[in-house]
Amino acid sequence: MSRLVISAIGPASSVQDGGRHGAQRYGLTPSGAMDRLALAAANVLVGNAPFTAAIEIGPFGAAFTARDGAVRVALAGAPRNADIAGRAVSPDSSMALADGETLTLGFARGGSFSYLALEGGIAGEPVFGSLAVNARAGLGSPYPRPLQAGDALQAAAPSGGPERRIDLPAPVDDPIRVLMGPQDDEFGEATKLFLDSEWKISATSDRMGYRLEGPVISHLHGHNIVSDGTVNGSIQVPGNGAPIVLMPDRGTSGGYPKIATVITADHGRFAQIPAGKPFRFMAVSMAEAQGEARKFAGLLRTLPDRLRPIDNFVLNIEALHDANLAGSAVSAVDSTTWQMPSPDTLTPD
Amino acid sequence: MAATLPPPRMLPSGDSAITVEFSRNIDDAANQRVLALDRTLANEPIGGVTERVPTYRSLLVHYDPLTIDFDTLSAKIGALAQQPVPPATKARRWRIPVVYGGEHGIDLEDVAKTLDTTPGDIVARHVGGDYRVAMLGFTPGWSYLSGLQESLHMPRRQNPRLLTPAGTISVGGVQAGVQCLPGPSGWHLLGRTAVRTYQLRRDPTFLLEPGDRVTFFTVDDKTFAEQDRAAEAGEIVAELMDS
Repeated sequence: MSRLVISAIGPASSVQDGGRHGAQRYGLTPSGAMDRLALAAANVLVGNAPFTAAIEIGPFGAAFTARDGAVRVALAGAPRNADIAGRAVSPDSSMALADGETLTLGFARGGSFSYLALEGGIAGEPVFGSLAVNARAGLGSPYPRPLQAGDALQAAAPSGGPERRIDLPAPVDDPIRVLMGPQDDEFGEATKLFLDSEWKISATSDRMGYRLEGPVISHLHGHNIVSDGTVNGSIQVPGNGAPIVLMPDRGTSGGYPKIATVITADHGRFAQIPAGKPFRFMAVSMAEAQGEARKFAGLLRTLPDRLRPIDNFVLNIEALHDANLAGSAVSAVDSTTWQMPSPDTLTPD
Repeated sequence: MAATLPPPRMLPSGDSAITVEFSRNIDDAANQRVLALDRTLANEPIGGVTERVPTYRSLLVHYDPLTIDFDTLSAKIGALAQQPVPPATKARRWRIPVVYGGEHGIDLEDVAKTLDTTPGDIVARHVGGDYRVAMLGFTPGWSYLSGLQESLHMPRRQNPRLLTPAGTISVGGVQAGVQCLPGPSGWHLLGRTAVRTYQLRRDPTFLLEPGDRVTFFTVDDKTFAEQDRAAEAGEIVAELMDS
């Protein structure tokens, strides 16, 4: 059986999937991918179910080597330089590593997490239906801890299917949308300061929580509330007034007031904001948040329709409009995609 | 006809969960209503509800917004939550062995000093309590107990510890705790138990359920060590009482 050997890897890299659900009432947090869309995209590229376990790669570089046979993988998520034995690899695409070949990844640029999916998934023993690493609880398979150089994952023999890329919506830089509450009434005027200010993610953030740097958010009645339940995206404010956004390895309950909650559709986009980059929050209504959740679920469901042959570099008209590159030159084009004849010159670096 | 109870507050926790809040304080009556609503939703499931997380004062209800929206779910839960609290089904009673003080409970002496009494008296007060599992949370198996004697209520530590041992038995504020995994804590550490409230590959994986009753009894160092080995091998060690 072929193996994918981790030749080099930075911190904050681990096996993750759709998460471990059903035991939050016992204090067991779901864990799972920080960016579910990127995880799903990587999996769909190699024909896996969207939330199959894959390697979540943190902001630093990494290298993976095929041993005892070829291994087919796909990479999605934060942009980064990638090459196989010196050949540049396109982002959001599948690829085959011949026996002995190494896929080398650079630092994440403009994002934090990438996902490397293996065709056929990762072999392991699920607990509560998941292989996701939750280091604090000693859970995760095949390694119940972040990945280290020298680790090896069993891989299925490549199907020989054609390599593909996936045409994802163009990334947006809009404010991160939140629903206020559940304890915004603990903050009074400070909710306005929260929404009107520019924030940065602290470098001390991790899979449990992203610490925010910005103005001090003061409580009306002190910072101790009686513990209640948390969700992914809960924005709790401890005594020092510096908000923490709770991420998939969060505690299932917490005793700090929660001023707002990041909407589901923006979880992945928020998780990808690099430390130090300024961003803002924007409050939306429940109807809008749930509408966006439905749209996001629709996007996840239709990912297979977005697969494209890798040798025909495809541009998405919508993406061009979003990027403000297309203008009127393409407005008459009825097709949703362009087939570009010379892919090499257009492949991003 | 029984009068309906005051409605809980329906607080959105994002687009896929509702915090059903019965009280803002630690309040035994509120916790009873939380646990009652949790039981009701277990017996009469609402389509789209995916997980229920009881806490002292609120029930966090996770749901799939593609199946049910906030307003519909709030209305359904609100109606159920105003029904009179049915008497709890027979609660399970656990006896949990604890080795107090020394290296196992490094705050016992300080707690005694702060409360102007002896370590033995603190142990007597703690072991004399009749507790109920109000909730589990934070990390797997961390059980928050109500029923701590008022004379043991004290603020949490100014400086939380980053690492406290597995099986720590502690008090913080008005709560008592049974901690399973090593981890950070701002509570006062009175002792340790060999009981694993969470253990993989053991049936049951999670020992305590919200609503279970708990009492403690003292064991010595040697017994703790023996129980710890037995527990590591998968024994439950805690005693389940006939009730």
